[in-house]
Amino acid sequence: MTVEGPSGHPLLEVKRLKSYFPIRKGFMRREVGAVRAVDDVSFHIDRGETLSLVGESGCGKTTTARCILRAIDPTDGQILFRPTEDKVFDVAQSTRRELRRLRRDMQMIFQDPFSSLNPRFTLLEIVGEPLLVNGMRSGRERQERVEELLRLVGMRPEYMRRFPHAFSGGQRQRIGIARALALNPRLVVADEPVSALDVSVQAQILNLLLDLQQKLGLTYLFVAHDLSVVKHLSDRVAVMYVGRLVEMTDRERLFNSPRHPYTEALLSSVPEPDPRRRSQRIVLEGEVANPAAPPSGCYFHPRCRYAQDVCRTDTPVWEEVTEGHWVACHRAKELELAGVRDRLPMNTAAGNSTNPATNATPAA
Amino acid sequence: MAEDHTTRTIESNVAVGVAREEERISVATQWQLTWWRFRKHKVANIAAIVLIMYYVVVLFADFFAYADPNLPAAKRGLLPPQPIHLFDEDGWNPHVLAFEGSRDPETFERVYKILGDQQISVQFFAQGLEYEILGIIPWDRHLIGVSDDAGGALAQEHVSLLGTDIQGRDMWSRIIFATSISMTIGLIAVAISQILGIVIGGVSGYFGGLIDTVIQRIIEIVRSIPQIPLLMGIAAAVPKDWSIEQIYFAITILLALILWTELARVVRGRFLSLREEDFVMAAELAGASRMRIILRHMVPSFLSHIIAATTLAIPTIIISETSLSFLGLGLRPPAISWGVLLQQAQNIQVLALSPWLLLPALPVIVAILAFNFLGDGLRDAADPYGT
Repeated sequence: MTVEGPSGHPLLEVKRLKSYFPIRKGFMRREVGAVRAVDDVSFHIDRGETLSLVGESGCGKTTTARCILRAIDPTDGQILFRPTEDKVFDVAQSTRRELRRLRRDMQMIFQDPFSSLNPRFTLLEIVGEPLLVNGMRSGRERQERVEELLRLVGMRPEYMRRFPHAFSGGQRQRIGIARALALNPRLVVADEPVSALDVSVQAQILNLLLDLQQKLGLTYLFVAHDLSVVKHLSDRVAVMYVGRLVEMTDRERLFNSPRHPYTEALLSSVPEPDPRRRSQRIVLEGEVANPAAPPSGCYFHPRCRYAQDVCRTDTPVWEEVTEGHWVACHRAKELELAGVRDRLPMNTAAGNSTNPATNATPAA
Repeated sequence: MAEDHTTRTIESNVAVGVAREEERISVATQWQLTWWRFRKHKVANIAAIVLIMYYVVVLFADFFAYADPNLPAAKRGLLPPQPIHLFDEDGWNPHVLAFEGSRDPETFERVYKILGDQQISVQFFAQGLEYEILGIIPWDRHLIGVSDDAGGALAQEHVSLLGTDIQGRDMWSRIIFATSISMTIGLIAVAISQILGIVIGGVSGYFGGLIDTVIQRIIEIVRSIPQIPLLMGIAAAVPKDWSIEQIYFAITILLALILWTELARVVRGRFLSLREEDFVMAAELAGASRMRIILRHMVPSFLSHIIAATTLAIPTIIISETSLSFLGLGLRPPAISWGVLLQQAQNIQVLALSPWLLLPALPVIVAILAFNFLGDGLRDAADPYGT
């Protein structure tokens, strides 16, 4: 499935991205260590596809997303972004001025629709702000564009004189989406866009995102902790554990034949839609590793039921085990792991899947 | 059928009303929401009205006072309050009772005897001493004066509404003028301290890192200096040839240099939390400039807090002025302020024999309470979004 877009190069290539947060202690605030929020992560996103980044909370997926937009300065690594085929920018090295231009092509949808909209701005000001600061000075032009955008996300344009406090979470998320689309971006980074919403609203927003992708040819990096949400939206899925990618492949292969024990555990926690069938849930033992003091070897080995001696000493290599299927596990080639092939049909409508208990975090 | 129709009309009218109300709130700006919420805070509303009245007195002190506050009258020392009687047997006839003063030959105490048959008619909005309204328009009307038929007599020679002090100066007029000094002289200090607090706190919160650490340590040092000894030192150190007002101004500046720390911390905290807000990041991702983010996104979010903090800082300065003057460090006679007036009430003799000299404490208490209630109300109303 990693057939590259029709035009060759992927839209975004992340190479060996690292983001460490220093831990300072004492009066002189000496650096005594670092939280390795993102530790040597590499992946790419093709034009027009959706890559989902999945993992438990605290595993660094949001940090990865923010590094890509340079909302956080990464510690090391390259973020190659190609807004058009012949131009390539390293977002990690860009100056403030370059970033301003680049960000017209990459925008973000935030997790919390309540804190992401300035309560002191009207919808017109919120959605119009990217237009204004990028040179659309004429008020009428801006108003027309905002009207168009609001209609696009399913809001009534008459509401644009209102303030965000007049809207529900789902409506606010629509406003956030309209703002992200204001500048016609190519890449939209959606940081858990539905996890703060009511279940009934989640499906609407997911369907809206799918519609918009078709209409506008958007490319999504979709961050989520919920595998059932991811299943209906993604072309490919990357699984993250304690700052590292452990597996990345297309949706079907990841769900049906995972190669990493952590992915298997995540999949086993996807709830069973049929109450007569008993799922064999793999309950992970122990705690999530501390990114400030990770275990030796493979970070997952203390909780892995397939762990061997080599897992405790050596860090597994991030390699492509079969075409388009990347795994970081010493035993990736020998293990037979259980997917969800028999349990869940793949093409359920998004509306049926969003279940309140679909939290992919294992070992609740 | 008709009844049905009426019910439906009423229902739809109610629906329209609800929708209109909803629309009104939906498009309300931050200031409107704040105002609506403030209006519901009854105590704060009353406090605001009280403070408006105070500042009316401040602006038109000459009108409310009827006597020269610095004019001594040996024969009228320590005169007790002289209430205005609004009616006599014939009906409406505001007057005060005349008195006769003499000295007790044994105790040398001045004693006053009311002459029951002699009334001095009092007039409202009467002519009296000439003055200039706001220092521009000449006028001679006062809230209280003696009637013209007293033959051009001045109120200060016959009326002493709240008694007189030991030198025979009229307490009512002195309190009025003290109010105008005490309620205004601290405002400069408040302004200076707020500006310092906002700028330094803003720098500390926005840039963070080493700058933040240094500023926070400075704040801790400033806050740990004991105030009264420092002010005593300053009061002693200023040049001898400075006037009272100059010395006092120096002291208020010094107070400002201590007081800014509190607001600086609040502003820093707001900046730190706002920097992490998603909508600030969204503005940055949209390409907004730093200036725009600070001025359009961050500052409006805590402007209301600054207003509330300022309202709460004013009484602190007023109390400082009053207590410093009481200790003899702030304003000194012949300047008039609440603290100066209260300084005269320091000894037990005064408390026992002429308790009306303690009256200046009353406007101090009322003003401080009013400022605090108003500040509380503003603070509660300031954040209509409850963040």
